[in-house]
Amino acid sequence: MGISLAAIGAGLAAIGAGLGIGKIGSSAMEGIARQPEAASKIQTAMLIAAAFIEAVALFAVVVSMIS
Amino acid sequence: MKYRPFLISKKYFLTAFLAFFCLFGAVMAQDVHASHEGESAHIESVSKEHGEEKFNITEFIFHHIGDSHVFHFWGEGEHWKGLYLPIILYTHNGLVTFSSKAFELNDDGSKVVEVKGMRFVQAHGKIYYANEEAEHGSYVSHEKNKKGKDVITNERPLDFSITKNVFSVFFSVALLLVIFISVANAYKKREGKAPKGFQSLIEPIILFVRDDIARPNLGYKYERFMPYLLTVFFFIWINNMLGLVPFFPGGANVTGNIATTLVLAMFTMILINFNGNKYYWGHIFNPPVPWWLKPLMIPVEMISIISRPFALMIRLFANITAGHILVLSLLCLIFIFNSLAVAPASIFFAVFIGAIELLVAFIQAFIFTILSALFIGMAVEEHAADHH
Amino acid sequence: MDLLTPEIGLLFWNTISFLILLFLLGKFAWKPVMKAIGERERSIEDALDAAEKAKAEMSRLTSENEQLLKKAREERDLILKEAKQIKDQMLKDAKDLAQKEGARLIENAKLEINNQKAIAISEVKDQVSTLSIAIARKILESELSDQVKQEVLVDKLLKEVKLN
Repeated sequence: MGISLAAIGAGLAAIGAGLGIGKIGSSAMEGIARQPEAASKIQTAMLIAAAFIEAVALFAVVVSMIS
Repeated sequence: MKYRPFLISKKYFLTAFLAFFCLFGAVMAQDVHASHEGESAHIESVSKEHGEEKFNITEFIFHHIGDSHVFHFWGEGEHWKGLYLPIILYTHNGLVTFSSKAFELNDDGSKVVEVKGMRFVQAHGKIYYANEEAEHGSYVSHEKNKKGKDVITNERPLDFSITKNVFSVFFSVALLLVIFISVANAYKKREGKAPKGFQSLIEPIILFVRDDIARPNLGYKYERFMPYLLTVFFFIWINNMLGLVPFFPGGANVTGNIATTLVLAMFTMILINFNGNKYYWGHIFNPPVPWWLKPLMIPVEMISIISRPFALMIRLFANITAGHILVLSLLCLIFIFNSLAVAPASIFFAVFIGAIELLVAFIQAFIFTILSALFIGMAVEEHAADHH
Repeated sequence: MDLLTPEIGLLFWNTISFLILLFLLGKFAWKPVMKAIGERERSIEDALDAAEKAKAEMSRLTSENEQLLKKAREERDLILKEAKQIKDQMLKDAKDLAQKEGARLIENAKLEINNQKAIAISEVKDQVSTLSIAIARKILESELSDQVKQEVLVDKLLKEVKLN
């Protein structure tokens, strides 16, 4: 029982992270489309932001693994 | 901004789809994991006794991403080919070394090895002090912990063995040394000239680390941290890539092992805090917030000392482990459906994920390095005290 | 859970290996590589600077040359102009001189001619007078043979002389 609750928690975290990373991706795309010459800088910033969001999701997964 | 109905816009739909996919994956992983914890204790012996009774995907996957005292090449049973790695234990009676051959590939605690008057058994890749008496043919005692999971309660000696992961780390260190010292020699030989051969493959990456990772985040102080950033970048990258190679000497899950990422994150944490200047410490112990927020903010800032490297550690570990689990699960589909007809689709997806993993191998090395640089850069940044 | 508990052995060996790797690569790889790359970049920058400088020098020289050429051309023009002036002057002088000389010669010639003419006239006059005298003597001789005629003649001559 505790296992499936943990799984749901991990899934919720995944939804949140998915939305967040999706938003970052779409904004980065828009940014690159507006300013193709800044593509490499936008990509770097996008990866860093995605990494931070991903970390939160991974924390959730780890917490659900521990519990 | 105009309100867009949720789940109607294409990108949200895609996001949600991916999220559900992840959820499904997470649930599956959880179930798989749970079943591993619960019932794996006797699976191996059972499957060995009854031949190909039932294929246990969890057992298989966790065996492959876990550590081991042998380096398995191919074959099972009689035709087992592999490398027996040395076991080094710090026991109650001092250091003990012997070859892992002594266990005869036994991994369920039923084979006892006696050294220096001490008795050891191996269970699930770990070495325990053996019980006096065998219990269901096994010299380890199990106990259900408070969450209902079966755990082995025997005492463990400190295990400093050269395991599969340690061996792989040594191998990658040797590989890195060979590659980069030869490159350095090429630089010495062709001083002032354009790079040539292997040197010209490495140089853009070094310049990438310098110009895209170190300089933007560290400013003019970048030179002092270049050796660490370059080493960490190439160490992670080459181990990620070696982890994707399915046969010897690759195949070990080095960067997907929490110990490796813990060590790397620890080095970053040490660098951050040893190089932190007065602004960095001032930000932690006297954050620029209204006084009534300080009791709240100071602990938060202090937690961030730990949480940043912790995030680095978890991120690398989870990404690489997830990649390995994904590839292995896709391949295991063949055995789950027990049909060769699944093989083309399964292999196609495994190759596809493998290609993505190649990208992830680079991106994770990049992310780890750039975040290290970013955190170090924040710690060494000089700015006016009244700023923020 | 198993995955999340780091093994002490792995921690130990990872730390040792990473420290060794960091030390060896830092000493034998990154240091020479970064130095070489930095030096090469500096040398390329220097070369570019030098090229830029050479270019500036070149353009400076070119402009200098051009200026020199311009100056030389101006000088040449000046010299030519002066020469032309001198030539014109000389021509003019020569012409003047020639004219003057010519005028003088003509004057002299005129004078000479006049003199000669005067001399010639006086000679002619002499001749004429001698002739006249001779003629007159002849005539007289013939006339004077006749008295009457002598007298007429004397009268006439006298009249003429008076008229002179």
